[in-house]
Amino acid sequence: MAELTYIQAISEGLRQEMRRDPRVFVMGEDVGVYGGAFKVTLGFQEEFGAWRVIDTPLSETAIVGGATGAALMGMRPVAEMQFADFISCAWDHLVTVAAKQFFRAHTPVPIVVRLPSGGGFSGGPFHSQNPESSFAHIPGLKIACPATPEDAKGLLASAIEDPNPVLYFEHKHLYRRIKAEVPEERYTIPFGQARVHRPGDDAVVVTWGAMVHTASEAAEQLAAEGFEAEVLDLRTVVPWDRQRVLESVRRTSKVLVLHEDTRTGGFGAEIAATIAEQAFEHLDAPVMRVAAPDTPVPFSPPLEKAFIPQVEDVVSALRDLAAY
Amino acid sequence: MAVREAEPVGSLQEVKEAGLDREDLLGIYRNMLITRGIEERGHILYKQGKIPGSFYTGRGNEAAAVGVATAMGPNDVGTPLHRDMGVHITRGVEPWRIFAQYMGREDGPTRGRDGNVHMAVPELGLHPMVSHLPAMLPVATGMALAFKIRGDHRVAVGWFGEGAAARGDAHEAMNFAGVRRLPVVFVCDNNQWAYSTPTYLSYPIEHVADRAAAYGFEGVVVDGTDVLAVYRETKRAIELARAGGGPTLVECLSLRMEGHAVHDDAFYVPKEMFEQWAAHDPIERYRAWLYQHAGLAEDEEDDITAGVKRLLIDSLERADQSPLPDPSGLEQGVFASPEDLDTPHHK
Repeated sequence: MAELTYIQAISEGLRQEMRRDPRVFVMGEDVGVYGGAFKVTLGFQEEFGAWRVIDTPLSETAIVGGATGAALMGMRPVAEMQFADFISCAWDHLVTVAAKQFFRAHTPVPIVVRLPSGGGFSGGPFHSQNPESSFAHIPGLKIACPATPEDAKGLLASAIEDPNPVLYFEHKHLYRRIKAEVPEERYTIPFGQARVHRPGDDAVVVTWGAMVHTASEAAEQLAAEGFEAEVLDLRTVVPWDRQRVLESVRRTSKVLVLHEDTRTGGFGAEIAATIAEQAFEHLDAPVMRVAAPDTPVPFSPPLEKAFIPQVEDVVSALRDLAAY
Repeated sequence: MAVREAEPVGSLQEVKEAGLDREDLLGIYRNMLITRGIEERGHILYKQGKIPGSFYTGRGNEAAAVGVATAMGPNDVGTPLHRDMGVHITRGVEPWRIFAQYMGREDGPTRGRDGNVHMAVPELGLHPMVSHLPAMLPVATGMALAFKIRGDHRVAVGWFGEGAAARGDAHEAMNFAGVRRLPVVFVCDNNQWAYSTPTYLSYPIEHVADRAAAYGFEGVVVDGTDVLAVYRETKRAIELARAGGGPTLVECLSLRMEGHAVHDDAFYVPKEMFEQWAAHDPIERYRAWLYQHAGLAEDEEDDITAGVKRLLIDSLERADQSPLPDPSGLEQGVFASPEDLDTPHHK
């Protein structure tokens, strides 16, 4: 076991996959010579050559459409969007071509699109978004949102192995902020299996990505007051672990759904609706949501702080649940 | 690098030099007849209410489609569009499966999941189009990228229309393919009308192929009603790509002889234009050439025509026996399983 940051775990995982499978290659803007805007692929071109670590023109459509074509020809492309926000330029290719290809033609499209996402450092409206909910609505796409270095590596291996298009959201604010022991050997973490990040029986916070850590801090604060909230990390939004969420709901009877994406139509609404449909009689309080307000991600620090759910927002919601 | 306007094909000798023997020439004729025959019968089926949705044909484009597909090698791949039935026929898709596709049956290539010409048989190197044109150009470019990475001597062919040439996908695909000199051939079916939009409202230059120069490769304009000229120019482009010479843009000029789809009577196309191009009907033109240059005899032609007729009758019958898809299976098949990767084109 080595102690790795979240970003090191992504690099390490990707390097291992490229070493074991010659079909895996990387393409994106500045991923080769420069090593990627965040340096995930630093040193890769030296090891794997310029035709497996491909610097592309500024062309998100050609990157995602190209990855789809290469996958149809038997390759395992890992495409990088420099920022998750730029995936809007390739929306058509993900949603129109890649997501529907297997359903229509029975030809799998095993592509991974790496999406550095999330705010917390004044990236403004175009370098901070968490657009996973928009894609969760599209049948045919899978979505992984790792919260820890160990999951970052294991979910990436699963994403590359998966025969479907996978959107791999890596949270930029976690890149160098969190560190943990990560197994050196290759391993996979199956999609659709939630993980208990922090145990507790008084309420459950269902969340993913960077918000796992926000939830955890909030839960620690309340533990001092004798209220123990479970933090349940979904790990993958599509597929999501309904079973595990419903189990926690039945056990704790109080639920908070938390995400960094905006509120209306966010994936939290789907979770809340499922709980209402399938576990209504187990609830002792309404399902609560903490999410970003329905605005673009603002730039200035006080505005951004008001936008991204903070520990105190989660604490306050949990207090409301406790008092209900 | 100015655009090149290809000469028409003259003699049998010239065709032989381009790699076609007499058998091939008759095969091309047969494929063109099947192509038109399927679409004519499809039109009737549509009017009889047997085809749901809408119905599109490629009347006038038979030579362009068959010519390009004839030039492709057995391991080459492509992403043909809704005017390119001739590509499916030439690559060997069985007509009964196309009728089954039209009628939304289980034996159509998309098993009723998609309709009309939104289909392809991947085992034959074809991958189905989407309605968002020219979204398949970046996909074809990615196929070529896979070949380049692996050092396969294979070529991808990506089709688009002169209308779709206005969209960004076309630019991104051609620019990336040009930068990396990928083994891809871009075929523009220029049928002069994008639904009701004429060419002068689609692009401000003389030819779509003029744009190739901007991406660092050659553009060639060919008469899309001359099947042998289309074959010759595409063959040249495909072999150049196979040899590492990068992409070519081949623009096949024809006229869409019907409306955008069956509901559209194409009132906006001047009558004289239809009359002028009707005199260049690709099948009639080729038939005359075969009589003049390849010694086609009347009984030989009758055999071919009768064979095609029989094939289409049998195909329709067989397609009509194909079941409608079972709605209980609708939700299966959105996501692929690992064993679905175990197909020849994924190896």
